Amino acid sequence: MSNQLEPLADPGLPHHVHRKADTDPAAEKRAERQVSILFLLSTAGTLLFIYSFIWIPTDLFVFVPLLGNINAHNLGIGAGLGFALFFIGAGAVHWAKTLMPDEEVIAQRHQMRSSDEDRASFVETVKAEAGKVQLGRRSMIKRSLGLALGLVGLSPIILLRDLGPLPEQRLLKTTWDKGVRIVTDPGNRPMKPEDLEVGAIAHVLPQIDDPEHRKLSDIAKDAAILIRVRPAELKLSEERMSWTHEGIIAFSKICSHMGCPVALYEQQTKHLLCPCHQSTFDVPTGAKVIFGPAARPLPQLAITVDSEGYLVAAAPFDEPVGPSFWERNI
Amino acid sequence: MITRREKIAGGVANFIDERTGAAKWVKKNLQKVFPDHWSFMLGEIALYSFIILLLSGTFLTFWFVPSQEELVYNGSYQPLNGVKMSAAYESTLNISFDVRGGLLMRQVHHWAALLFLAAMVAHLMRVFFTGAFRKPRELNWIFGVALLTLGIVEGFLGYSLPDDLLSGTGIRIAEAIIQAIPVIGTYLAFFAFGGDFPGELFIPRIYTVHVLLLPGIFLALITVHLMLVWYQKHTQYPGAGRTEKNVVGYPLLPVYMAKAGGFFFIVFGVTVLLGAFASINPIWIFGPYTPTQISAGSQPDWYMGWLDGLVRMAPPLETYLFGYTISWNILIPGLIVPGIIFTGMALYPFIEAWATGDKREHHLLDRPRNAPTRTAIGAMSLTFMVVALINGGNDLIATHFNLSINQIMWGTRIGIIILPPLAYVITKRICLSLQRYDRELVLHGRETGRLVMLPHGEYIEVHEPISPEKAYQLTQHEQALPLEAPGPDTNGVAPRGSLKSKVRARLSKAMLGEQIAKPTADDVKALEGGHH
Amino acid sequence: MAPTLLVVGLFLIGGIYSIAATPNNATASNARSALIEEGKNIFLRGCSSCHGLNAEGGKVAPSLIGVGAASVDFQVATGRMPMGDMSVQAMRKKPVYNAQEIAALAAYVASLAPGPAIPTAEQLDYERDGNIAEGGELFRTNCAMCHNAAAQGGALTAGKYAPTLMGVEPVHIYEAMITGPQAMPVFGDRAITPEEKLSIIKWVKSVESEGNFAGASLGKVGPVTEGLVAWVVGIGSLIAIAVWLATKAR
Repeated sequence: MSNQLEPLADPGLPHHVHRKADTDPAAEKRAERQVSILFLLSTAGTLLFIYSFIWIPTDLFVFVPLLGNINAHNLGIGAGLGFALFFIGAGAVHWAKTLMPDEEVIAQRHQMRSSDEDRASFVETVKAEAGKVQLGRRSMIKRSLGLALGLVGLSPIILLRDLGPLPEQRLLKTTWDKGVRIVTDPGNRPMKPEDLEVGAIAHVLPQIDDPEHRKLSDIAKDAAILIRVRPAELKLSEERMSWTHEGIIAFSKICSHMGCPVALYEQQTKHLLCPCHQSTFDVPTGAKVIFGPAARPLPQLAITVDSEGYLVAAAPFDEPVGPSFWERNI
Repeated sequence: MITRREKIAGGVANFIDERTGAAKWVKKNLQKVFPDHWSFMLGEIALYSFIILLLSGTFLTFWFVPSQEELVYNGSYQPLNGVKMSAAYESTLNISFDVRGGLLMRQVHHWAALLFLAAMVAHLMRVFFTGAFRKPRELNWIFGVALLTLGIVEGFLGYSLPDDLLSGTGIRIAEAIIQAIPVIGTYLAFFAFGGDFPGELFIPRIYTVHVLLLPGIFLALITVHLMLVWYQKHTQYPGAGRTEKNVVGYPLLPVYMAKAGGFFFIVFGVTVLLGAFASINPIWIFGPYTPTQISAGSQPDWYMGWLDGLVRMAPPLETYLFGYTISWNILIPGLIVPGIIFTGMALYPFIEAWATGDKREHHLLDRPRNAPTRTAIGAMSLTFMVVALINGGNDLIATHFNLSINQIMWGTRIGIIILPPLAYVITKRICLSLQRYDRELVLHGRETGRLVMLPHGEYIEVHEPISPEKAYQLTQHEQALPLEAPGPDTNGVAPRGSLKSKVRARLSKAMLGEQIAKPTADDVKALEGGHH
Repeated sequence: MAPTLLVVGLFLIGGIYSIAATPNNATASNARSALIEEGKNIFLRGCSSCHGLNAEGGKVAPSLIGVGAASVDFQVATGRMPMGDMSVQAMRKKPVYNAQEIAALAAYVASLAPGPAIPTAEQLDYERDGNIAEGGELFRTNCAMCHNAAAQGGALTAGKYAPTLMGVEPVHIYEAMITGPQAMPVFGDRAITPEEKLSIIKWVKSVESEGNFAGASLGKVGPVTEGLVAWVVGIGSLIAIAVWLATKAR
């Protein structure tokens, strides 16, 4: 390696080259004019901004090539303000480049490290002054101070306790229960099996007393889907088959991966795709995961019909819906 | 003869100086020298974008209502009349359609946010590839990484405020990540949301974080970041007349003020023009957030796209132990890998300094080719992030280029493992080739393309010697030797801490072992003696 | 004399009646049979190689018995059928058959078994019978997960996709909902009522005709294109300006 050998010598800063505006008065005048034009373009922009803001109707759309039909008010104020700002900057920069002094200046750096004397005097001062506190001798003060500061430091954490309730059973229960009717989302209409054709998917929610005022926090766990296939196409255990009704199978709509609604149903392949991270679930085998990062199938909801022929849940979900969590199977 | 203008200026200066003693340090700082290079302006783009965010954001806060209270829309956007939505969403619609200039300010704010993060990443790359993070600037590097991390969070919270379908989906994902944390996850999630998802408290809470807490931290961090640059003086590229002990450039007054100040207006202007000509985040099309709806092609903003991509490609791993669930498929891409990346980034200056044994101050920048291992590591990390980012948009890529999302996913799963090491090797080779090219330039001059036939019939290409300034610039860098691990002493006893020093020696060899020897003065003289 | 007159009169009335009554029915059913016959001929020529000589289906194409006139009108009038190549999904393209031929094909397939009929103009008056806001809500719950919230289209598995709804005729949107073409599920009239279907169509049409409120739309697909523009246009132009700024003037 060559770092012990002599490197090339530093020829020093290159000779300064003058700009046209430095030597030629006509070029100087031209540069001045250019800078002024840039500043005047800015004022034109501000005038466009003011005019557009006040006099262009906010619901007027104009056709601009390459952009399509766009709102004239937003375009006018945006272009006006944008150019107003831009040309101030362009003018200032052009002024600096062409007319302001452009001789390079050299300044010296100083080492970051303080001098040895400064360092020694720092150490001396700290030792002397801090030494007067005699913390080393006063262990009772030291310990009680430590205890006091430590305990008071806990108080903000304790103050934040009421940020939220403890999870308790909330993640484990939904509104679905035995006998709860299945209604459409949106619309809240109860459903009968004949409302759903083979190859159809319906988005559903449990029937509640006040459907106009469902809480989003409930919907986030209650959302479900009904899919109808031919009964022979289902490949389920006997128990799971009893949770379906005439080829209609119900699943939680909330993805077992990270909670997005799983609702892309491919009628021919009978796959359910979640659009967030592309987890794919196979309906005939009970929404088993066949692709993507989801680790668990969608929980299946047991359904049946009630005495009036409406579709109802036969039981609540037998596992928590939605994304996984630490205590999920406790 | 004192002019009237001088008299007024003198009066003001006197007023201030009598109260603050400012004359001395203002004069000193007005003369401060700043090197002038376009790549030093990337950090400025970030700084000016931050100011634009503060200004446009304040405007928005005058109309935005940070509440999840449900109401029925009855405003000027017909397709949503009668639809139930939160007050936050409704106030955003109000800003977009009923406040003049409101939509423009929303757009300026969001474009400025994208530019803020893009500029920070570009600036980080410049600082990394030129080695500007070396002593004494390691602290500033850590502040920079902190700014980037907080910027990502701030942007995410910001675009989640309008409570629309797209950003609400993002919050659902964030909640799932929190919930997946072992032992304390459900408690953290319930505390953050005030109950189950989505609850009614999340938007008001993130509003406080977004407009008060994080901007406050930003202001403090940016101030410290700039103060350090000011005090330590900016680095400069190597070249004739430039040394480790000087700064060559232009003084603050007038040139740097005019250029930097002008650039602020330019950045502001470009951002507003983007807001005028390019639509961003049209929340009225997405609709208000409800957990039962989702749009095909849902992505976070670009700076979180790599996270989305990592989550998409993760293998479906969960372990179940005594009834407890650990979701590796969420924890690895969502928390562990990003944690490793950002921690590694923050600590890199110290790792490199330990590996090279270099404890000196550095104020001259490295040309990337002269630090081939570092440049290759940078290229490798970038490749990793870009592959992840591409996977984040895999469904849009599939629809636009008629491909299968399954194939794209498998492609990126394999790609993210084999492409980064490939990028490392290729980049390192390119750097070494460029070093060879520099050596040739110094020793043999520039190829002019002119062919000449010598009297005895040989054809040669005429080479023009490069200027002494260029030759100096190409050879100014240092080429340190790798550290060696101390071997066993005369009695065959291995020294203490030998594993640590062996690792260090290995790293050192990787960083410094392979370099093309730069030509010395002797080499040049030898050539001049008998060259063609 | 009187009985004879009565009989002649009865014959006259009966005869006039039978002559006046039959021609309409005869021409109507004749016209219909002619259409079905024409359709059958077109079918045998252009469709039977995949769908079977009796439309019973085969290895590469499903049975068309019971799919109804609506399916035929949707698939053939949007150019999806005949399929251009045997890829995973039939693509919308320029129709091969003209309106008359499509009507004939539809009549033929409808004659094989009962199925969804082509909606009439009266049934498609979405301006009158649809509600935009309700349509948007329905679209976002039932359609946006495949077709995207702005109806720009989206990806399905293995290279399939839900196409964009921009530029699609209202009748075809309606037919797609009731017939569930290829991967798309069926949305029967009891799950989404005819009036709700018209609301959906009205909303889709409003999105199509809506101007851009804030500049060029960048595809209406969200953060991916926005991020690209921020880097390429935003950072790109600012770097170009920075280079200009730091270059020494002449």
